[in-house]
Amino acid sequence: MKNNLVSAFRLTLALLVLCCGVYPALVWGAAQVAPGQGQGVQVAHKGRVVGFLNVGQKFDRPEYFNSRPSAVDYHADGSGGSNKGPSNPAYLAEVHTRVAAFLEQNPTIRPGQVPVELVTASGSGLDPHLSPAGAYTQVARVARLRGLPVARVRALVAAHVQEPIFVLLGPSKVNVLQLNLALDSLK
Amino acid sequence: MSELLGIAVIFGATVLLAIPLGRYLATVYRGDRNWSDFLAPLERLLFRAGGIDAGRGMSWQQHLGALLTINLVWFLFALLVLCTQGSLPLNPDANPSMAPDLAFNTAISFLVNCNLQHYSGESGLSYLSQVVVIMFLQFVSAATGMAACVVVFNALKEGSTDKLGNFYDYFVKSLTRVLLPISLLVALVLVFQGTPMTFAGKQPLITLQGDTTAVSRGPVAAMVAIKELGTNGGGFFGANSAHPLENPTYLTNMVENFALVLIPMAMVFALGFYLRRRRLSYMVFGVMTAGFFLLLAPTVYYEMQGNPAIARMGADMHLGAMEGKEIRLGAAASAYWGITNTIISCGSVNSMHDSHMPISGLSEMLGMMTNAFYGGVGVGLLNFFVFVIIAVFISGLMVGRTPELLGKKIEAREMKIALIVALLHPLMILAGTALAAHLYVGNPTEYAGWLANPGYHGFSEMLYEYTSAAANNGSGFEGLGDNTPFWNISTGVVLLLSRFLPIIGPVAIAGLLARKKYTPESAGTLRVDTATFGLMVFFVIWIIAALAFFPALALGPLAEHFSIY
Repeated sequence: MKNNLVSAFRLTLALLVLCCGVYPALVWGAAQVAPGQGQGVQVAHKGRVVGFLNVGQKFDRPEYFNSRPSAVDYHADGSGGSNKGPSNPAYLAEVHTRVAAFLEQNPTIRPGQVPVELVTASGSGLDPHLSPAGAYTQVARVARLRGLPVARVRALVAAHVQEPIFVLLGPSKVNVLQLNLALDSLK
Repeated sequence: MSELLGIAVIFGATVLLAIPLGRYLATVYRGDRNWSDFLAPLERLLFRAGGIDAGRGMSWQQHLGALLTINLVWFLFALLVLCTQGSLPLNPDANPSMAPDLAFNTAISFLVNCNLQHYSGESGLSYLSQVVVIMFLQFVSAATGMAACVVVFNALKEGSTDKLGNFYDYFVKSLTRVLLPISLLVALVLVFQGTPMTFAGKQPLITLQGDTTAVSRGPVAAMVAIKELGTNGGGFFGANSAHPLENPTYLTNMVENFALVLIPMAMVFALGFYLRRRRLSYMVFGVMTAGFFLLLAPTVYYEMQGNPAIARMGADMHLGAMEGKEIRLGAAASAYWGITNTIISCGSVNSMHDSHMPISGLSEMLGMMTNAFYGGVGVGLLNFFVFVIIAVFISGLMVGRTPELLGKKIEAREMKIALIVALLHPLMILAGTALAAHLYVGNPTEYAGWLANPGYHGFSEMLYEYTSAAANNGSGFEGLGDNTPFWNISTGVVLLLSRFLPIIGPVAIAGLLARKKYTPESAGTLRVDTATFGLMVFFVIWIIAALAFFPALALGPLAEHFSIY
């Protein structure tokens, strides 16, 4: 027992150096040549940082493509989902309100076409993406409020759709921040 | 379609790489020459630092002594750092020290490879704690499980012996030859896909539409790699691998999901290569994979179908059930992740299990209740070993022969240990849930903060928490308000018992078997590497692990399912 204790203590110290010193230092070193230098990939607009490419942010003004509902209101110093169960009556009432609000804001959309991601909160509360349908269903509203031709806004969305890996693996998606940045630069 | 193809590719790639890795593991533990011998000087350095003679053979009691002592040292060290992190360096966001009951729960939970988290990483831990407590324990607890598993391999060899190899040798080699190199590769993929690896604090910023926010960061990539590879599952951020910095792309999701299944699966093949009984591996792999698919199929189906209650409101459900899920990952990959993380005691999440459809929640709980379909690194195979012992005994009685496993007689003592281990698991889960439900029902106003959802689902939240603790899994129905002394302490106790007894039991059985007289196989031997015996094990698992829980599952997820369909 005593021998074990001394060995355990000394081996632990040595392993701390290896696993918590050498290993993270190697990863940190590699990060210096990675995109964003390991700080997270930042996006600048007109000379100021407006966000992180991979971290979703709140877009609830109607002239922008809106991002998904968030349980943490896109405060990225925290994260998390709503954790509401599928049969929770209070939760279902909230979703119902969101569906009705979406239909009102986007009168060209009919019931049955409301993109599910726009009425449900994401897992992280920081989802940076929409599905292509989630963006296309907002085109008419955004175009009307900005006085732009619908076809142009639709083409902008089409240009921002990211296909699955090798067109085969995973879902298609649109980065909301990139799309809205491009939208702001449309004249 | 691309979503289903995505998960098929992950599974295929894992199997294809687990076989060569299994062969490699067998050579490493056997001490044969191989390409990674250039690491031998590093290992000698570690042994010298610890004052350890790695060549000394140990009995099963000595193995357990070494294992438990070093775990105790880690526990005290972790407790110390967590309770003082507020005044230690590397704390740019000025997060406070942990309260003692939370530190107790956290230290145990990472020590036992469970990684139940009753805090959120962004505000609950300093960077120092993330690295020297969380990440450190993620490495060493995984290596502990692997070392214990090799002890059992040794006992199943031909011949009789007292000596079952050297614990420190297996433990250190698991780190230097397996966990550290593969973690480094995974971490490199992550940083180049955009996962942060920095010691800078959170960054305040004003968003495009003008809101003020701040983005938490940290040394994420290094930790996420071992979190998955060591089947630990405790995330850097509160949202775990649903967080877009912890799991930024579909590619990182594939790599992380691959990493967490890799070693548990490779250990199964390592068993065959180590004992030179390849057919035995195929039997074990077959049983485990059958159980896995049985849980996976309904989960993928129901998650891709979506919530019928929301469909009725006029939503377009082609993405599936998106509450608690991320667009870049999608419903299929979230379902696959959910099942792999519960059959394997990893417990990281890339979508919120609390918001999954009831049948998915049921499959995830069943995955943890059986806890032997691949299972955690090392310990999954130990749990499976217990079921094999029971199956051998029952089959032996059925055909009227002395029960024998690989030439060693299974007798009353081994059976008692196996049954205690097998029955401990339902006892922990059901007694814990019963106690919590009793308290809640007795005084719903006082405990109103516990449950985020009413009715059947609220019951499922409590059941899931104890299942996760007893399976050393660490995922949660996170709506549960679990950072209270009751939950911190009760789950902490369940964690300790459910980690160490399932290691002590199989190692003790192994030690007892190893000493017994070896009878070479003959025509009268019950062969354990056949499909018939595989079927037998499969049913033993379902009867012992699944049926014990059926009443509880009927009250929670099953009742909820029928209430919305």
